[in-house]
Amino acid sequence: MTGLTDLGIAAIRDGVADGSVSAREVAEAYIAAVEAGRPLNAFTVETPEHALAAADTADAARASGELKPLSGVPLGIKDLFATEGVDTTAGSRILSGFKPRYESTVSGKLFAAGAGMLGKLNMDEFAMGSSNETSAWGPVLSPWRRKDGGNAALTPGGSSGGSASAVSARLAPGVTGTDTGGSIRQPAAFTGISGIKPTYGRCSRWGIVAFASSLDQAGPMARDVRDCAILLEAMAGFDPKDSTSLDLPVPNWEAALSSDLRGKKVGIPREYRIDGVPEEIGRVWDHGIALLKDAGAEIVEVSLPHTKYALPTYYIIAPAEASSNLARYDGVRYGRRVQPEQGGLTEMYEATRAEGFGAEVKRRIMIGTYVLSAGFYDAYFNQAQKVRALIARDFDQAWASCDLLLTPTAPSAAFGLGEKMADPIAMYLNDVFAVPASLAGLPAMSVPGGVDGQGLPLGLQIIGRPLDEQSVLDAGLAIEERSGFTARAERWW
Amino acid sequence: MTDSTYRIHGATGEWEVVIGLEVHAQISTRAKLFSGASTEFGAEPNSQVSLVDAAMPGMLPVPNRECIRQAVRTGMALEARINPWSRFDRKNYFYADLPQGYQISQLYHPIVGEGEIEILLDDKDEGSAKTVGIERIHIEQDAGKLMHDQHPSFSYVDLNRSGVALMEIVSKPDMRSPEEAGAYVRKLRSILRYVGSCDGNMEQGSMRADVNVSVRKPGGELGTRTETKNVNSVRFIMAAIEYEANRQVDVLEGGGKIVQETRLFDPDKIETRSLRSKEEAHDYRYFPDPDLLPVELSDDFLIECRSSLPELPDAKRRRYENSLGLSPYNATVLTAEVETARWFEALLAGLGVTSAPAEPGAGAWTPASAEDQDKAKRAANWLLSDLFGALNRLGRSIEDSPVSPAQAAELLGLVADGTLSGTLGKQVFEIMLETGGDPAKIVEERGLKQTSDTGAIEKVIAEVLAANPDKVAEYRSGKDKLFGFFVGQTMRAMAGKGNPQVINDLLKKALA
Repeated sequence: MTGLTDLGIAAIRDGVADGSVSAREVAEAYIAAVEAGRPLNAFTVETPEHALAAADTADAARASGELKPLSGVPLGIKDLFATEGVDTTAGSRILSGFKPRYESTVSGKLFAAGAGMLGKLNMDEFAMGSSNETSAWGPVLSPWRRKDGGNAALTPGGSSGGSASAVSARLAPGVTGTDTGGSIRQPAAFTGISGIKPTYGRCSRWGIVAFASSLDQAGPMARDVRDCAILLEAMAGFDPKDSTSLDLPVPNWEAALSSDLRGKKVGIPREYRIDGVPEEIGRVWDHGIALLKDAGAEIVEVSLPHTKYALPTYYIIAPAEASSNLARYDGVRYGRRVQPEQGGLTEMYEATRAEGFGAEVKRRIMIGTYVLSAGFYDAYFNQAQKVRALIARDFDQAWASCDLLLTPTAPSAAFGLGEKMADPIAMYLNDVFAVPASLAGLPAMSVPGGVDGQGLPLGLQIIGRPLDEQSVLDAGLAIEERSGFTARAERWW
Repeated sequence: MTDSTYRIHGATGEWEVVIGLEVHAQISTRAKLFSGASTEFGAEPNSQVSLVDAAMPGMLPVPNRECIRQAVRTGMALEARINPWSRFDRKNYFYADLPQGYQISQLYHPIVGEGEIEILLDDKDEGSAKTVGIERIHIEQDAGKLMHDQHPSFSYVDLNRSGVALMEIVSKPDMRSPEEAGAYVRKLRSILRYVGSCDGNMEQGSMRADVNVSVRKPGGELGTRTETKNVNSVRFIMAAIEYEANRQVDVLEGGGKIVQETRLFDPDKIETRSLRSKEEAHDYRYFPDPDLLPVELSDDFLIECRSSLPELPDAKRRRYENSLGLSPYNATVLTAEVETARWFEALLAGLGVTSAPAEPGAGAWTPASAEDQDKAKRAANWLLSDLFGALNRLGRSIEDSPVSPAQAAELLGLVADGTLSGTLGKQVFEIMLETGGDPAKIVEERGLKQTSDTGAIEKVIAEVLAANPDKVAEYRSGKDKLFGFFVGQTMRAMAGKGNPQVINDLLKKALA
C-alpha cells in the first residue's frame, strides 16, 4: 500500500477530482512529511496554513464542480520566488526577514491554478552554487546515500537543492526551481527526479530575485515527466511586467505528451564526450541513446564546436549581470543593514554587504565587476557576448540535422558535502553540460537515466529547439517509460 | 552666420571659450520611464514610488512607450537622425538616491543621433543666427533626492523622482560665449515646449544642464575641459561659464594646468568648485541592460511621431515675417514661447486672418492679403504692448490672462471699425481686465461708443469756440499750435467719445 505522499501531481489532481482522496488529507500527509524531513534542511520556511487553505478550497471546489488544473496540489516554492507576506531570502543573510508585499508571477499563477504552498525551499545563496552549500541557512542534504555504508552526507546539487531534495524525499509532489546555468537540471539529475528549464522567456521573471537576467528561467521539478508538463503549463505564459517574456500562447503540453519518437532525429554532440568524466556517465548516456532508438528516434552525430568555451563564457556573463543585479542589496531600503558606529554611507554599504553576502556571492560580484570594468570590458564581457552568439549558432546549425540533443546532465553523480567547496573551478565544472543550453536560451530537461556503482542516480539531458518543449518532454517520457528507473532514496531521516 | 567675438582678456592676451552643454530635460509624461508611478511635482516624499522605483527584489523595468515617442519627436524637431534601433544600458554606481545601484541609460546606442539648433543672438537681426550642433539624445532614469536637514545624523531619501524619464540632449562644443549658451538653452527650451516633450520648468528641475567649458587661444587647439554639473537656470549657466572660463585663464596664465574634472556650481557665491577629478571618476561599468529588449521603432511609429509635430518656432517665425509681414523682432518675440504663439494665433483666428503654415520642406509662404497683414500687424502690436504691458502689471502669465483671445479680437474689431477710438479702446481694455467682460457689452452698458455724429460734434465745437474767443483769434492770426488745444477741449467736452478724425475735420472747417 502506498502512502498519500507517494501520489504525484497528476495522481493528486485526478484523485481529488474523482473523490478518491481529499485535498485536505493529501496536504496533511505532505505537511507531516515536511516536518519529518527537517533533517534534510530542504525548507527554509514551512507554510502549512497556506497548503491547508488551498486544500480546503480544492475540496469545496470539487463539491461545487469548480476544480482548477492544480486544485489540491501542495507545492514547494524555491526561496528565489517572492511570496507575499512570506519570508523570501534567496538563501542570503542580506535578505533575512524580508517579507515581500507582492507575489511573483509564477508562484501567483500556480496558486491561481489551485495549488497550495508547503513552504519555501532552501537554495544556494542568490542561486549561485551547484551544491546548496552556499546557502546562508546551511546546506540541504540529499536523501540519497552511497551504497558503501559510509553514510556520507551528499549534496542534492544546486542551486535548486532544497527543491530537488524535497521532491526526491517525497516532501512535496512537485516544486518550482530556477535555472541560470543548470540549477534545475543538475539537482534533478543528482536526486533521481525530472526537471525542465523551458525556453528563455516562457516563464515570467517578475518577482524572481534576479541572479543573471539574460539566463534566469523558472521551471518545474517533479517525480516524472507528466508532472513536469502539468506544472510548466501553469507556470508559463506571457507577462507584460517582464519585457523579456514571450508573448505566445501556452501549449497544452500534457495533453500532447507522446513517447512515440518515430520521425524524430536525436543528435549526439561529440564535444560532450570530455576527458575525466567517469565511465559510468558514458554508459548511462549510451543507454539513453538506445532507449530513444527503441522509441523510434533516429540517432545522428552532431557537432557543437564552441562547446568548450561555454563554461568560461557563462562565468563571465552570469557574474557580470549578477554584480549589477545585486547592487540593490545595500541596506538602504530593506533587508539587512549594518550601520557601523563611525562612518557614513560608504561604510554602511561596506559593512552591510560584507556581512550580508557569503563568500561565493562576493567572489562572483568581484568577477563580474572586474569583467565589466574599464579596460577589461572588451576583452571579457564583450568577447563573451560574441562567443555566446557563436554557441547559439552552433545549436542553430545542429537543428539542420536533428530535432533534439541527448547528453549527460552532469559530469558526475552527487558528491559529498564539502568535497568541492575549496575548489571553485571543480564546482563550476558541474555545469559543463548544462550551460550551453542556458546561453542559447533553449528548453532543456533532465530525467533519470540510471544509477552509478554506488547506487546514486545519474541524469540524462534532452535539449530542444526554441519553444519546442513538447519534443523535449516527449523524449523525456520515452526515456522514463523505458529506463526502468525505480530507484528511490531509502528513508534515513 | 557670425563668429563670436567674446574673449577673456588675460594677462597674456585674448582667450576663446569653448562650451558644450548636456541638458537633462524631464520628459512630460504622467508615468515614469519604467514604472507606472506618477511623475507629478511636489507630492509628499515617497508617495509616488512603485516597487520598481524602489528596486525591490525581482522587480523588472517595462519601458513607457510615451517616453520613447516624446524623445523621438524631440529628435525630429531638432532635425536629428533617429535611430530605429537603440538599446538601454546600465550605468553602475552606488548612491543612496539610486535604489537599483545602477541608472538605466543609453550609452552605446542612443535613440537620437546628430541634429542641430539655430539660435539668434539678437532678436532683431536674422544675421545674428548661429547653428549649434546636437551630438545625440538619449533616454535615462532620474535618481531620487537626498534630504540632509531632516535628522541630526542621518540623511533621508525621497524616491519620488527615482525613475522619472529624462532626455539627455548633448550639444557639440559649438558655443563660444555665455550669451550663445544662454540663447541655446532658451531656444532648446522653446522647442521642447512646442513639441510638448518637456515643460521646461527649470525652477522645478525639469531642465538642468551639465556645462562643459574649456579655453584656448583663439582658433588654437582645444583645451582641457571641466564639467560643471546640474546648473538649473539660464542665468546660472551663463554665470558658471563666465566664472569657469576666467578661472581657467587664471590657472593657465599662472603656469598651471587645467585638470579634467567634475565641478559643482554654487549659486550663492556664483562660483564653481571641484567635486572630483578624472582619477577619482567612477568606473560606471556600462553594459546592456539584460532586463530590456532593444528599442526598435517601426515605420508607422515614426510616421506618427513626425505627423504629430506642431509648427516649430523657426517655421512659425518665418511665416509671421513672410506671410503676415510682421517685423523680425515682433515675429521672434511672438514665437519664442509656445503659449504666446498659441494666444496670438487664437487672436488671429478671431480676427479672421488666414495664413497657412508652409508645406514641410517647401520653405515658401503665400503672403496673406493686405487686409489680413494689416490686421495681423495691429494685433501683434497690441499684444506686445497693451496685453504684455497689462500682464506685466498684473504679474500674470499669458496662459491666465483675464482677457481671452476672442475678447481681444472683438476689441480690436471695435477699434478697427471706428466704434471705439484708440483712447476708448484702451479704456475698454482696462475695464475688461478688471471685470473680464466682453468689450461690446462694456461699450453698450457704459455708453462708451465713439460718436461720429457731425451735428452733435459741430454743436460742441461751436460751444468750445464761443467759450474761447481770444484763442480763436490767436489761431486765426497764425498760431497753428492752438489746434491741438481745440481738439482737446472738444474731446473733453464729449467725454472722449468723439471720433478724433471727424473732430479734426470739423474743427478745421469751423476755424477756417
